[in-house]
Amino acid sequence: MKVVVQEEAFDPYNELMVYQNSLPSGKHGGVVSFVGTMRDFNDGQDVTAMRLDHYPGMTEKHIEQVCQEASERWDVMDSIVVHRYGDMHPNDAIVLVAVWSAHRANAFDACRFIINYLKERAPFWKCETTLSGEKHWVEHNTRDPKAEIK
Amino acid sequence: MGKADESISIDAAYVTVADVWARVADGQSLPDSTLVAINMEYTNAEAVLEEGDELAFFPPVTGG
Repeated sequence: MKVVVQEEAFDPYNELMVYQNSLPSGKHGGVVSFVGTMRDFNDGQDVTAMRLDHYPGMTEKHIEQVCQEASERWDVMDSIVVHRYGDMHPNDAIVLVAVWSAHRANAFDACRFIINYLKERAPFWKCETTLSGEKHWVEHNTRDPKAEIK
Repeated sequence: MGKADESISIDAAYVTVADVWARVADGQSLPDSTLVAINMEYTNAEAVLEEGDELAFFPPVTGG
């Protein structure tokens, strides 16, 4: 398991591949990943930039807890979460979640669990800059009707 | 509150999260949407604090 909260931009697909290459060869039957990227719109407004603040220490702790819980609830081999904070722009990767397992169902379920939990509980806060230059805090995440934590 | 951190001292044997909020927010009650953590674990307004605890109040989270 690997959890990284970092300010630097990252390539989620490279992170996934590098981590996968460190895993035992031939043991997993699949990897399910989620990559969250920054949109250039939100709540009907054009968004040009975003700053993501977090609570250092608590953020890592809770992401590690949820990865651990996922590994106890589903038969998964390994997982990685990389999450950015700081200043970013549209199309930048914000978060990578990837889960490896012998069979696909466990990887799908565990990956969904981790990203849903993270969005509900990990202490991050988005401050958006709109096309007009106005900055505002995002008050709530967009609701995914299937996002309930199981 | 808009503060990253602040150390406070309360001279009482029994102090809850709500007590601290009332002190730092001029007696206002804790808004329902405010999240609370003690030592980086989520808790609620009725939780009792111990000396040296790190208490955090923050708005709904918006990561991911």
